[in-house]
Amino acid sequence: MPSLPDMNATDVVDMARRAAEHQAPRDHHIHNEDLKPALFEWLCRMGDSSLILGHRVSEWCGHSPVLEEDIALANIALDLIGHTQMWLGLAGEVEGKGRDADALAYRRDAADFRNFLLVEKQNGDIGSTLMRQFLFDAWHIERLRGLKGSSSERVAEIATKAFKEVSYHVDRSADLVIRLGDGTDESHRRMQKALDSHWTYANEMFTDDGLDEAVAEAGIAMRPSGLKPAWDALVDEVLAEATLTRPQNDFARRGGKTGERHTEHLGHILAEMQFLQRAYPDASW
Amino acid sequence: MATTTLPSTEQVWTWLADVPDPEIPVISVTDLGIVRDVRIEDETVIVAVTPTYSGCPATSIIELDIETALARQGVEKVRIERRLSPSWTTDWIGDEAREKLRQYGIAPPDRAGASSAGTLRASRLGGGELTVACPRCGSTETEKVSQFGSTPCKAAYRCKSCLEPFDYFKCI
Ligand SMILES: [Zn+2]
Repeated sequence: MPSLPDMNATDVVDMARRAAEHQAPRDHHIHNEDLKPALFEWLCRMGDSSLILGHRVSEWCGHSPVLEEDIALANIALDLIGHTQMWLGLAGEVEGKGRDADALAYRRDAADFRNFLLVEKQNGDIGSTLMRQFLFDAWHIERLRGLKGSSSERVAEIATKAFKEVSYHVDRSADLVIRLGDGTDESHRRMQKALDSHWTYANEMFTDDGLDEAVAEAGIAMRPSGLKPAWDALVDEVLAEATLTRPQNDFARRGGKTGERHTEHLGHILAEMQFLQRAYPDASW
Repeated sequence: MATTTLPSTEQVWTWLADVPDPEIPVISVTDLGIVRDVRIEDETVIVAVTPTYSGCPATSIIELDIETALARQGVEKVRIERRLSPSWTTDWIGDEAREKLRQYGIAPPDRAGASSAGTLRASRLGGGELTVACPRCGSTETEKVSQFGSTPCKAAYRCKSCLEPFDYFKCI
C-alpha cells in the first residue's frame, strides 16, 4: 500500500486509502487436480450461456422497434460478453493448456459448447426475445446471488461484479414482460405464445447432473435444482402481474449444458461469430 | 542503462489524477475510483485498475491512456493489472467529481443507490422509485426514459420542467 504522507490533495490521499491492498485472491480450487475437469466444464457452462445469449441479443442492434430498446439490448449484450470474458478467462486458467477466453469462444466447435438450449433459440419477435431474457435473467440473478458466497474466491468475485449488472437486466425484462403481457390483445397473445414456446427450454436450467454434484460438493456452486424455488417465486409474481398463464409442464429439454445435443441453431451462430478468427487466426488491427 | 530514475508511487498517483475518462473527460480515472493500487516492482510501475461495467468498451481505452500518460512522463515499463474485487461501485466517485459531472450535464449517482442493486424491483414495487434532479435546472420533476443510456454506466432521463433530456450516472 503506498503511503502518501507528503501529498496535499486530500481526494488523492483518500483515493489511495480506499485503494485496498488487495492482490488477486488465491484460490485453492483453481489448482485442485481432481476438481479441474469438472470446474473447467462448469465455468464453460457459465461463460457459454452468457456468450451465446450476448451474441443473440446483439443481433437486435440497429433493428429494435424503438431507439431506447436498441440501446438497452446493446448494453445488455455488452454486459453478457463482459461476463463471458471473466468466466471463460477463468476456465482457460483452470484448464491450464494456454487457452484464453478468445480461444475458447472462437475456436471450439458446437459439440464443445455448454450453454443452455434456451439461449441459442432464434430471437423471433421482440416479445419472444424479451420473454427469453426474463426467464434467463430470473435464473441468472439467483445463480449469481448464490455464487457471491462461493468457496472459490475467483468465482465469488466474478459473481459479485456481474450480480450488480444483472439486477438491472432482470428489473428491465420483468418490467417489459408485464407491460407487453398486460398490454394490447396482440401483445398479450404474442407474450403467452413466447412463454409457452420457451418453457420446456427454460426447465433445462434446473436440471442437475454429476458435474453439478462435484461442484456443489466443493462448495463452489449450488445445485441448479436448488435455484428453482426463488425462480418460481419471481416468475410467478411477474407472470401474474403480466396476466400471463404459467405453463403446467415440467418436461425439460436437455442437451445444451452437457453439450450432448444442441439445436441446429448453435452451428449457425458459431459460423457467424467465429468466422473472422477461423479465417484469420489472431487477426488484429 | 537505467539512467531514468523511477518515480515514487505518490508521483504516479498525481499523474493518474490528470488522465481523463475517455467518455466523460471532465473527470479523471482517479475521480472515478477505478485506479485501485499503484506499486513499483523491478523497475516496473504496476497500476491496478478495476472495470466499471464488465463489458465496458472504455476499459481497454482507459488502460491504454494510462500507459500513454505514464510513458509521456518518462516511465519506461508499465504494467496494467485488472482487478475484479472489491468490485467497483459508484460510491467511490467523490463529491468533487459528482459536482463536475453535474456541471457537465450528467446527473451524478445517488448515494444510497449502490447498495440497493438486486432489490431494484422490490424497492420500486414498494414505491421507492429514485428521485433524480435535473443537472440543468435542478428540478426533481424528472422521469426515467430508459434504464440503459448512451454508455453502460448511464440511464436516460427527461426533465419535465425544462424539457431537456439528460443522462443519469446509474448506481452499481
Ligand atoms: Zn431541467
